[in-house]
Formats: sequence, structure tokens, C-alpha cells
Amino acid sequence: MNTRVMKENIQADVTITSISKRSRIIKENLTGYAFISPFIIGFLAFTFIPILASLYLSFTNYNLFASPTWIGMDNYIKMFTADPRYWQSLKVTLIYVLAGVPLRLAFALLIALMLNTASRAVGLYRSLFYLPSLIGGSVAVAIMWRNVFGDLGIVNIVLDVLGLSTVRWFGNPTAALWMLIFLSVWQFGSSMLIFLAGLKGIPKSYYEAASVDGANGIQKFFKITLPMLSPVILFNTVMQTIAAFMTFVPAFIISKGTGGPLDGTLLYSLYLFIQGFEFFNMGYASAMAWIMLIIVGILTAIIFTTSKYWVHYESEGGR
Amino acid sequence: MAVKLKSPRWWIYHILVGGFAILMLYPVIWLLMSSFKPSDTIFVTAKSLIPDPWIWTNFVDGWKGIGGNTFGVFIKNTAILVVITLIGQVISSAVIAFGFARLEFKGKAFWFGIMMVTLMLPHDVVMVPQYIIFSKLDWLNSIKPLAIPAYFGHPFFIFLLVQFIRTIPRELDEAAIIDGCGTFKIFTKIILPLIRPALATAAIFSFYWTWESLLGPVLYLNSPTKYTVSMALNMFLSNETVSNWGAMFAMSVVTLIPVFVIFFLFQRHVVEGISTSGLKG
Repeated sequence: MNTRVMKENIQADVTITSISKRSRIIKENLTGYAFISPFIIGFLAFTFIPILASLYLSFTNYNLFASPTWIGMDNYIKMFTADPRYWQSLKVTLIYVLAGVPLRLAFALLIALMLNTASRAVGLYRSLFYLPSLIGGSVAVAIMWRNVFGDLGIVNIVLDVLGLSTVRWFGNPTAALWMLIFLSVWQFGSSMLIFLAGLKGIPKSYYEAASVDGANGIQKFFKITLPMLSPVILFNTVMQTIAAFMTFVPAFIISKGTGGPLDGTLLYSLYLFIQGFEFFNMGYASAMAWIMLIIVGILTAIIFTTSKYWVHYESEGGR
Repeated sequence: MAVKLKSPRWWIYHILVGGFAILMLYPVIWLLMSSFKPSDTIFVTAKSLIPDPWIWTNFVDGWKGIGGNTFGVFIKNTAILVVITLIGQVISSAVIAFGFARLEFKGKAFWFGIMMVTLMLPHDVVMVPQYIIFSKLDWLNSIKPLAIPAYFGHPFFIFLLVQFIRTIPRELDEAAIIDGCGTFKIFTKIILPLIRPALATAAIFSFYWTWESLLGPVLYLNSPTKYTVSMALNMFLSNETVSNWGAMFAMSVVTLIPVFVIFFLFQRHVVEGISTSGLKG
């Protein structure tokens, strides 16, 4: 130790500064890693290793009690060729995502446009419209939804008053799935808030210039609002699609954990849960999880690659 | 405020938007009002909102809970879990966010990228292996699997806090360095006090997500003495055959009260959290 310190002292000035510079960089690196170390440890322990484990398990038969036995592609083969419930859950989930997400975003945008005025009541309206989104993931709301759509619930009362025929929402699988989709659309609030923030960011001068040129409201919407908002729409679409794919609580509560009637509300996450933690087919559940990861990955990739055709970025500096 | 005549446009706007807001919230109002109706009349009188007579017994019944555990026990369990998780998520996320936003080190872009990927990763992929790991560690039927991961940062909060820290001028850090502050001191003395609004936002969302979560507790908590409020409501539903809707509605209302109270107290933080970083509610 001492000799090294002495040696260093003898070195020429240039070397001393380079050494101190190097040691400063090392110290900087160490400090940096010290601060983000909780993330790295957590990522390795709770995400990375589990993902690898999940991939391995997906090629095994495992029930938590006996040790896993390697069965190759059997889980994947069974999933696609011998498990109609799997196809059902995939179908139900795709309908849920492809109907629910666009409807939810359309609602969010519509209300955001209506609230993008100078009225003093906007703050209150914003909060009121956001509330469903805030409580929507809770068991309490799922219970409420179950009863609102019950045979004697208020939805049927309204249908009856309007002279329409009432619907037995729990009596047929399609109606039950739409009940879930309506619940998802009902929670448009958080997307609406993001759209509102995006709308506030569009310079007023653009609209003024358009007015001078004689553009009407619809033209302004399609030529200014929509292009300017497209990055926000992209962000919302990606996040909402992923979240919709993982929806669990409403399906679990509304169908009392069965995915019924006739597997009409058997969302992917719910079926994965049933396979993994009711039947303890943990290998099979892992294979399901990997297919889900691939589907979500592909959907996200499609959204991002198509985005260059419909997302408009301001040209100043790469964003 | 000067009294002036409102234009027809003003009326149309408020009737339309206000009416739609009420329509949206009607189911919640209906749930609240039904919790004051006798169980056997809830659906008979579903057309009228106002209970006749008003009764409190649903709350008394519901509070009795399940299997000898009152609803108070479930609220206490959930509150403990919320506090432990919240402290862990907020503190660890702040430390990590400071590292990403302010410090220079090799591989920063890589780890930040990883963090952004975990933000979009479906939780289902890690659910089964995590369960196996926690069962091997003998952590089942305890809050450990729910609370301990909270101490390793939450990607949404890290992202939110990084965004916020980046808006703080670096001159403040530099001035502190001249005054002889080390990195850790800059974090605790300069950055932490300045990011309090963002910390509050993270804390509020941490509360919401833990309070409302169902899947984690269902997986990891087995004995009714450890149940959270979400699990208790789920149990009420499983016993629904006894058709004690009133009690179930009343306890649903009880679990929503803290969510509403916190929202109305801290609205600004909630709205800003979503608007700036897309935290989902």
C-alpha cells in the first residue's frame, strides 16, 4: 500500500492527473451503480431470473410438489391443438382488447375535446370523469358492475324504460363479455387526462392561423388536433393495449373466478391463473405466459412500426 | 362575481357535459344509496335512488366480517401492507431515479432501457416463477412476497421521478459541490426536498394500487386473519348465495371511502402524475 502510494507520488504531473481522473471516473461509476443497485438487484431477482425460469418451466410438467419433468414442446402443442378453452380465452381476450381499447380511447378523446375549454367548471368535470378510472380496478367496483348489469339491475331498468328488450347479461357469453368491455370503456379517465395535457400543448396560434385561412372546426380537428396529438395517442394505445391484455380483477370477480358463462369472460390472465393456481399446471401456465409475452410483443411492435405512418412528430430536433 | 346572463351555448354545454358526468357516476351513486336499503328491497326498488327507509344495519352486518374476523381486521391488514409497501416503493424509487437522472456511469443507457422494458412487461410472465421462488423461501401466507419486492423500486415511479428530477436545474447541484457536498448529500439536501410533489404523487398511486390489489393477496395470503379488504369483498361475493347484498354493498362503499378521500385531498398530484407520465389510475 505504502510503496504504491510513494510510487504514485514520484510519477510525473500528467500521469497524476490522469490517475486521479481515472479514479474519479471509477468513483463516479461506483456511485452511480450504488444508487441504481436496488433496481438491478430487484430486476435480477424478481424479473430476469423468473422470466428465464418461466421459459424453462414452459417445457416441463410441474405441479409445485414433484420436481419438473422435461416434456419438450408438449405444453405448446397441447395449447394449440388439444385445449379448446385456450382458444376460447385467446378469442375472448382479443375481442376484449380490440373492442375495448379503441372505444376507450375514442371516448377519452371525445371528452377531452369537450373539456378543453376555458370554462371554470372544467376542473370539476375532469375530476368527475376521472373517478371511474381511479376506482375501476377495485373489487368494490367489479361487484357494483355485476349488480348494475344483473337481471334486475339498473341497466335493464333503463333498457326497459326505453322500450328495448332487457338482456340477461349473465345468460349468454357474448353479453357477459360486453359487460366487461363496457367496464373497461367506463374507465376512460386516465387516458382522457393524458389527452387533455396533450391538447393544452398545441399552440393556439395554429388554430388562429387556420381560422384566418377559413378552416372549419372539422378541418381543424383533422389537420391540426389529430396530427399534433398523434404521439400521445400512440403512447396511450400501447399502454392501454398492454394493460387490457393483463386484465384480471373484473373477469375474476364478475364471473366469480370461473370465466363463465360458457367461458364467455375467460380472459387470458384469468385462464392462466386457473391453470397455474387452481389446477397447479405450472408448466402449462408458464407456456401460456410466454405466448402472452410474444403476443404483447408483436402487438406493440405493430403499433410502433405502423406509427411512422400516422404519428406526426414536430421536426425540431429528434424527439 | 357579477351576475350576467348565460348564453344558450353555455347552458347546452353544461347540460350535456354535466349530464354525462352524472350518467357515468350513476352506478357509484346507486351503489352508495343501495347500501342504505334493506337487502331484500335493493333490487325491488332499484328504480328509485333514495332509500326508504334509510337503514344502517348493512354496515353493522358487513362489519362483522367473515369467519370471526371483523372488517376492521381486514382494514388493519391492508393498511399495514399499504404503509410498508408505500415507504419501500417511494424511497427506493427516489434513490434509483436520482442515479438515473443525475449520475454519469457506464451502462446507464442500458439499465434505463431495461427499466423502460419492465414498465411494459406483462406481470403474468413472472407470476408463476415468483410464486415458486417465494414458496421455496417459505414466504407463503405472509405479506413478505407482497412487501419485500417494493423495496427494489417501481418502474412507473422511477420513470415519474426521473422526469421530475430532470426539470431541476443542475446549477443547484454544482453550487452544492462547491460548498463541499458529496453525492449523497446532494440527493438528501437538494434533490429530495425539491421533488416532494412527485414523491407525493408516487405515494398516492402506491396507496391506490396496493389498496385495490387482489391478485397478489389472493396468491399469497391464505388465512382469513391476514386477508386484505379486496379479499374480504371477494369472500362476500363467494357467499352471495345468502343474498346479503346490503352488507356486501356497504363494505364495498367502505373500501372506496379512503380512495375518494385521498383523491379529493390530493387531486392536483393525481392529475399531474397521470398527465406528465401516463401513470394509470
